[in-house]
Amino acid sequence: MSLTENIHIGRPTNRVDGRLKVTGQAKYAAEYPAADLLHGAIVGSTIAAGRITALNVEPARQVPGVVEVFTHENRGKAAWLDRSWRDEVAPPGHPFRPLHSDRILFDGQPIALVVADSYEAARDAASLVSAEYEVREHCTELERKRSEAYVPPEKRSGIPPPPDPRGDPEKAFEDAPIKISRDYRVNAEHHNPMEMFGTTCVYEGNDKLTIYDKTQGSQNAQGYVTSVFGLKSKNVRLINHYVGGAFGSALRPQHQLFFAVMASLELKRSVRVSLTRSQMFHIGYRPDNYQTVSLAADREGRLRSIMHDAVASTSHYEDYQEAVVNWSGMMYHCDNVKLSYRLAKLHTPTPCDMRAPGAAIGVTALECALDELSYEVGIDPLEIRRLNFASKDENTDKQFTSKALHACYREGAAAFGWDKRKSVPRSMQDGHDLIGWGVSTGMWDAFLQKAEATAKLSADGKLEVSTAASDIGTGTWTILTQIGADAFGLPLEDVTARIGDSTLPTSPVEGGSWTAASNGSAVQAACEAAKETLFKHAKKMANSPLADSEFEDVAVSGGCIFRIDDPGKRLAISEIMHAADLEEIEEEGKVGPDLLQMMKYISYTHSAVFAEVRVDEELGIVRVTRIVCAAAAGRILNPKTARSQILGGVVMGIGMALHEEAMTDHRLGKIMNHNLAEYHIPAHADIENIEVIFVDEHDEKVSPLGVKGLGEIGIVGTASAVANAIFHATGKRVRDFPITIDKLLAA
Amino acid sequence: MAPSSADIPASFVINGSRHALTIPPWMTLLDLLREHLHLTGSKKGCDHGQCGACTVLVDGIRLNSCLILAVSRDGADITTIEGLERDGDLHPLQTAFVEHDAFQCGYCTPGQICSAAGLLSERHAHNRAEIRENMSGNLCRCGAYTNIADAIEDVMAQDAAAREAAE
Ligand code: FES
Ligand code: FES
Repeated sequence: MSLTENIHIGRPTNRVDGRLKVTGQAKYAAEYPAADLLHGAIVGSTIAAGRITALNVEPARQVPGVVEVFTHENRGKAAWLDRSWRDEVAPPGHPFRPLHSDRILFDGQPIALVVADSYEAARDAASLVSAEYEVREHCTELERKRSEAYVPPEKRSGIPPPPDPRGDPEKAFEDAPIKISRDYRVNAEHHNPMEMFGTTCVYEGNDKLTIYDKTQGSQNAQGYVTSVFGLKSKNVRLINHYVGGAFGSALRPQHQLFFAVMASLELKRSVRVSLTRSQMFHIGYRPDNYQTVSLAADREGRLRSIMHDAVASTSHYEDYQEAVVNWSGMMYHCDNVKLSYRLAKLHTPTPCDMRAPGAAIGVTALECALDELSYEVGIDPLEIRRLNFASKDENTDKQFTSKALHACYREGAAAFGWDKRKSVPRSMQDGHDLIGWGVSTGMWDAFLQKAEATAKLSADGKLEVSTAASDIGTGTWTILTQIGADAFGLPLEDVTARIGDSTLPTSPVEGGSWTAASNGSAVQAACEAAKETLFKHAKKMANSPLADSEFEDVAVSGGCIFRIDDPGKRLAISEIMHAADLEEIEEEGKVGPDLLQMMKYISYTHSAVFAEVRVDEELGIVRVTRIVCAAAAGRILNPKTARSQILGGVVMGIGMALHEEAMTDHRLGKIMNHNLAEYHIPAHADIENIEVIFVDEHDEKVSPLGVKGLGEIGIVGTASAVANAIFHATGKRVRDFPITIDKLLAA
Repeated sequence: MAPSSADIPASFVINGSRHALTIPPWMTLLDLLREHLHLTGSKKGCDHGQCGACTVLVDGIRLNSCLILAVSRDGADITTIEGLERDGDLHPLQTAFVEHDAFQCGYCTPGQICSAAGLLSERHAHNRAEIRENMSGNLCRCGAYTNIADAIEDVMAQDAAAREAAE
């Protein structure tokens, strides 16, 4: 079937869930009512390492309204075997099992759950639980563990380890006329989605549960619950219709899910457990890291050697891994490359994927180093990037399915006005302010994951498309509706998307920027299958005007199926269904990566980020006045929501550049700024102008829809573009992120 | 929740309807709205007055409802996000937020909109820089700030045009 004209795909479209969100009707996990609902409050440990020797829960039990206090001494039944606790995205190691024993491995580790008939009683009673500890020596300081860093013995599924070295990078470095070697650090960050983690577990009797959970994967979380508690899959339904942001923090089941379900099963009541903002600093985080980037070039700026080493933090119980250094082997052409990545164990929870995990920190270091090199060579920072363009992935020796990065450089530079840049640092003042312009490249994977969907067409011509995807603010509801609408030539109002429910067709977790490509393509495949079934029935009808037609010859629109070359030959959907005695037609669609193609090709999203800063040198205050982000991301399904994805990534990148860091008192092993007043994220006043450009990029190989995904690319390269602009403004290079006032004044 | 002897009577007009309640003195306005009146449109993003997600209008003034003990506002007239619509029509800010895609996950959105409604009636902000400054108590982790500013500017211009026409 040839595609009919796309009316919705590619057009800026308001979110279909917009009205619900602006009227307060969209319900998030902790907002579902339940009869006789109990409330749980978690108590955290006050030490970072050791054992609990005594627990005093009596004062808590005395509080009116308290129903139960769970500790490791009376925790409810849960799986014994480690592997039963592994979720789809777990790194190698021993998953955290709340209240499993008296051992403490990080500050804030849950040691008790107080359950009461009101939120206030639970919270009050939780403050009365106390513990005595046998304190062991702890370490939360990566610097002190650097010398013990190790190559993770077991690889995390889906994360490629650094490739083997190529060429002779040490000798090439030695021989090159121009070289730099610099140390960078991006301090640990916390996702801090605005919605705090919460689970409402509705007890339906006989160990049957309906669970509303903050998660990026309803099926991942549902699978975790059935496996940990030994429940039948059909008895557990998990819903995540609306998710108040996540950025990776809700990929793995967080412990409020465990607590709500455990208490619910033990007490045979419905239970809600939410984390406090402060407790959200005791779940996963973007790992602290130290990186060394060594670059060498010839006198024209052609890269001769790239060496990139990273050491990143992990917990004592799991080897969290992400691709930090691999980017340095494929963003630019270079024959001599050496990349290394090691971990060091700290008394913290296991880090957790955070928006563009790995790339957000690794590319930041590489792109700052390349900027430094450009000044050493004496060429324009944009020029050095163009000069070293990689036309294939030199890590794997595969071709890119597409790479419109030159267009990003060109269109981004034009929009920004890069040609007016004065090359010498500190040369662009405006009154009291120093002005700086910086650039960076960005890169992120374009994945297609296995996904399934169904499309159900009813006799009245309405369509329902279903897949267990999630919408964490990404626009999934809307793009799936658009895809369905275009497949059947329907207005958006006649299409209902169903997502956010573990009982729907199989979907991966919502992450890695793969949802639009994977679930979107699955929905499209399901729609095509439903159309084909409709066509078969149409053809079979007595005196069918489509009797001699092939599927390729017809299209569906306006409630009819018709010949494209002779639209007069048509049948109404209602007529066809009536003749076939059908109420509806439902078909499935499935997609997955093309393994044969993957032997030759690999897919990435690219971007060029341009930043302008104004620096008040006396006060050390940096303002990011302009960002232009030009992205090559394949086909854009909805320019409106797509643009928002990039804006969000850029804002978080500005946070990485200037604001965000967990501040730990290493003597105590405690994060001290565990709240939104002291853990700074960008606020309205910090964000001025951001321009988003999507360059034309056609890619038929990346996914059946030609979509690459946009969730992460906006953050990659933003922090480096800002840092490079700060150098251009001030002549000062700060290599320790975030670039706060104190560091800039001291530089 | 079982009633306790400490409970105190308090009454409110919430989104136009009167509520005569007996509530514990330690209950915040936010928890009263969310947990007891099931008006979950007001969001809890921190419970400490640090994020603005819980912003509601109390006697027309924008306030963080997580910082207010409900009984301390006995008699107040409260408007939450659920009360901004008029006869099924969205408030101009609600429409502008949808049009400008001024949200992603939607969790900060009710607070942003209530805060913006308060801002407009304060008439403190006259340009984009002042909008940004005066909206800085409302965090958006999804980073929709530029679109939020566009939406508010849009409604501010509509208001100004309407006032001009009226004069
Ligand atoms: S919940 Fe009230 S300010 Fe954050
Ligand atoms: S829209 Fe998600 S926090 Fe603002």
